[in-house]
Amino acid sequence: MTPLDYEFLRKLLKERSGLDLSSDKQYLVESRLLPVARRTGLAGITELVQKMKSGAEALTSEVVEAMTTNETFFFRDKIPFDHLRDAILPALIQSRANRRSIRIWSAASSTGQEPYSIAMCLREYGPALSGWRIEIVATDLSQEVLEKSKAGLYSQFEVQRGLPIQLLVKYFTQLGEVWQLSADIRGMVQHRQLNLLQDFSHLGKFDVIFCRNVLIYFDQETKAAIFERLAKVLEPDGTLILGAAESVVGITDTFRPSQERRGLYQLNPARGARPIGAAMPLGLKVVAAR
Amino acid sequence: MRTCLVVDDSSVIRKVARRILEGLDFQIIEAEDGEQALEICKRGLPDAVLLDWNMPVMDGYEFLGALRRLPGGDGPKVVFCTTENDVAHIARALHAGANEYIMKPFDKDIVTAKFMEVGLI
Repeated sequence: MTPLDYEFLRKLLKERSGLDLSSDKQYLVESRLLPVARRTGLAGITELVQKMKSGAEALTSEVVEAMTTNETFFFRDKIPFDHLRDAILPALIQSRANRRSIRIWSAASSTGQEPYSIAMCLREYGPALSGWRIEIVATDLSQEVLEKSKAGLYSQFEVQRGLPIQLLVKYFTQLGEVWQLSADIRGMVQHRQLNLLQDFSHLGKFDVIFCRNVLIYFDQETKAAIFERLAKVLEPDGTLILGAAESVVGITDTFRPSQERRGLYQLNPARGARPIGAAMPLGLKVVAAR
Repeated sequence: MRTCLVVDDSSVIRKVARRILEGLDFQIIEAEDGEQALEICKRGLPDAVLLDWNMPVMDGYEFLGALRRLPGGDGPKVVFCTTENDVAHIARALHAGANEYIMKPFDKDIVTAKFMEVGLI
């Protein structure tokens, strides 16, 4: 891969997905894209770039998908799901007692481990939620991972990373080499293709948003813009959950970290009083309007 | 330092498991079958047991039953680690008092995840 090929890919990925590759990620590009090149019958990255430059749209989408697909496990980091069970759900059961419905968004849901962990968590919660309308919306940029997620089929390796054995036995059926999640749990999750760089106000308002380990791929300005738009689809008393290594500190004052529980964020009431857009840098409005 | 008894008739598996568990700060004791493991447990209970199912002399399932009947034998966390990967075996193991279950082949991520699950790390 020539430096020009790399520059082309960096620019393309930035435009299409917001993925912000630093100048030293050639190995990542090669490990993700060589299989795509081979599958398409091309010799290497240079040939792949040539083909994309000649306007191969399907191939370009495939390249973007290959670069933005991330590893995921069931109940990844465990703690956010403990918070969901011990703090978020009990509070929502009180505050939503009249409407008896909860909406949760798993943003960048990849192959489904996160939305399905949320679904199992809610099922395990027991009778306090029976009769409630539960909506879990799973979105990802990649149609390919969404299809895998919908199928709910996981390898023996995948079901052993983070999934307690009791839940495996309870919610999965063994089909030869793979394990399939029950239709009941799969049915709790709606899948939609979505690019976080584009408008997502049509998704409606959520009580909880899981947006973990995805913003790390964006630059500061894009992150700040996404936080602004996440704030608009979160209920005033809703909760945003970020990845273990992520924070809003130094990026936005739209959200503030929970005092008691690490990784949870609430809307900043002080911030909500300001006119919308007042603190949004000019360039961000362009992204938000796309 | 917490102790983990690794019970498997394959010396290769014991070696792989030892390397992973030592990396997780466990002190390792090895046994080649259920009977040896039970003798070790009678002298002193480990914090954890990584347990194969199919072994000569006494298999893992029989060992688990005998361990749980020892005084204080409900203490050690038992994680099965076996090629038996069907729901019937898993259900039997859990019913007999296993805390977690690993289906071979396994790697460091799986062992770590399972040991975390039962609160050992």
